[in-house]
Amino acid sequence: MSIEPLFCQRFEISGKDFINAGKASTTIKAILREIGIRPAVIRRAAIACYEAEMNVVLYARKAIMELRVTPQEIRIQVEDEGDGIPDVGRAMQPGYSTASDEIREMGFGAGMGLPNIKNNADTLQIHSVVGQGTTLEMAIGL
Amino acid sequence: MDGYFHSVKIAPERCTGNMACLKVCPTEAIRVRRGKAVMLEDRCIDCGECARRCARGAIVPQTSSFTDFARFQYTVALISPVLYGQLRKDVLPRTIVAALRKIGFDEACDVACASEAVSTAVDEYLAGYRGPLPLLSPFCPTIVRLIQARYPDLIDLLIPIDSPMEIAARDIRQKKMKELGLRREEIGVIYLTPCPAKMVAIKYPPRKKKSHIDGAIAISDIYHPLLAATGDMSGNACQDGPPVMGSGLGWPVVGGQVSSLRAERSLAVGGLDDVERILQDIENGKLGDIQYVECHACSQGCCGGSLTVDNPYVTRGKILSLLARFGGTPCRDRETVRELYQKNYFSLPGKISSRPLAPLDQDIGKAIEKRRRAQEICRVLPQINCGACGAPTCLSFAEDVVLDQAAIEECVVLMARQVPNEAGSGKDHAA
Repeated sequence: MSIEPLFCQRFEISGKDFINAGKASTTIKAILREIGIRPAVIRRAAIACYEAEMNVVLYARKAIMELRVTPQEIRIQVEDEGDGIPDVGRAMQPGYSTASDEIREMGFGAGMGLPNIKNNADTLQIHSVVGQGTTLEMAIGL
Repeated sequence: MDGYFHSVKIAPERCTGNMACLKVCPTEAIRVRRGKAVMLEDRCIDCGECARRCARGAIVPQTSSFTDFARFQYTVALISPVLYGQLRKDVLPRTIVAALRKIGFDEACDVACASEAVSTAVDEYLAGYRGPLPLLSPFCPTIVRLIQARYPDLIDLLIPIDSPMEIAARDIRQKKMKELGLRREEIGVIYLTPCPAKMVAIKYPPRKKKSHIDGAIAISDIYHPLLAATGDMSGNACQDGPPVMGSGLGWPVVGGQVSSLRAERSLAVGGLDDVERILQDIENGKLGDIQYVECHACSQGCCGGSLTVDNPYVTRGKILSLLARFGGTPCRDRETVRELYQKNYFSLPGKISSRPLAPLDQDIGKAIEKRRRAQEICRVLPQINCGACGAPTCLSFAEDVVLDQAAIEECVVLMARQVPNEAGSGKDHAA
């Protein structure tokens, strides 16, 4: 079963690029507003996108973030090239983090990224291959 | 849909269509059509940048004039402390109060004491609050409009506490009704305002039906009469004025609210760009460790309101020195204010409605299609955002075209590029 998306746009995210960190999420938020998505849905999508984008900036080399809007839902897929997550179950636990001291000093790495995404999305799937990268796929119903 | 009252109006007879306003509007709420600026009412957030920029005086603040108050038996001038920072440094607040009486007001008092009390009320609210953080200051009417239009999901973070000008107006009116035996409608309370946005808050106060204030006169309108009145006043003529004091004197300065609070985890932000960055962070789920964010649309807070006269930085300096001199003595003891807070003296029970900007279409599918077409049109546009079409950017012009509010032929750059080609091909045909 596949639904033809009404809308599809891709964004590139670069690891360690703190100057542009958050721009993809801000653009996505603006698009969702322009096309008339309800504010409550936008807020959840914004938080989930931002956390996913920051995960790429903090931990991966680069990623493609893809926004798709169907008549039923918003789907966001983030496919990164990076170290991957050895234990996805543990990474989902609130407070668990592998962040370096440097990252923590910047105010990140509290171990709330994936739990926050899970709380804000209706569905979340994570596929990760250690040494290759991680793909997140989340959906929020309209 | 209810209409929008706006704090400024465009006077077409004075407008030359020179686009100064078009370029500074932060919400792209102005278009120049048939040589005249027009306002897209649902987009305007009353920041006053257009009025500040227009050299022709074509953008007219909708404040009151002196004659509007002839119907009152007794008039009270409610002073924004910004006014204290507008005159020479040796003109003290009580001289200004006396001068306002001389100009024709029956009474004058400032809102600083109410500001101080509102700070205590905010502290009490923060102490009892258990919901999502940070909370936002609701005291700049432009910020409230910005949130209603662009950040509707943050509306519930605006603190439901009434503004100092409202509290001060209610207090002085009740006092004067008792003292003079006048009825409510016989007393006119008039705010001396540093910005036109306060007029929006007076006409349509958030979370309640009616304001306690009857109108607002621009500081820039009262400045010259005030100068004349203070000029020939000796220092002795004005010893009877009310004392000026309290930490509320610092409220017009960015950081003034925060420094009068006990809450330690707070931020103060001035200027729309910086405020928007903070609001975006909050939307992304950041800043949850901050309790309170003081937001001003103007980068120098109310000191830099568009209806002020003196340089905002100079005003700020004067206000800070007044604060250092008189701010240490509290107006009212904290316990009394806390008791008033417990009795809901400061609280506003109503809700603030969102008024999000209209999407390109009410139907999501059609909106997406229109957005795609706008992007397509935008790609053939020159991308120099020259404004000659009357829209501030090529993208906003493309959206106007998709919404049938503009025609692509209005892009003069595109037309100029096509003309030589057509002329060339014409020759070819002839040959």
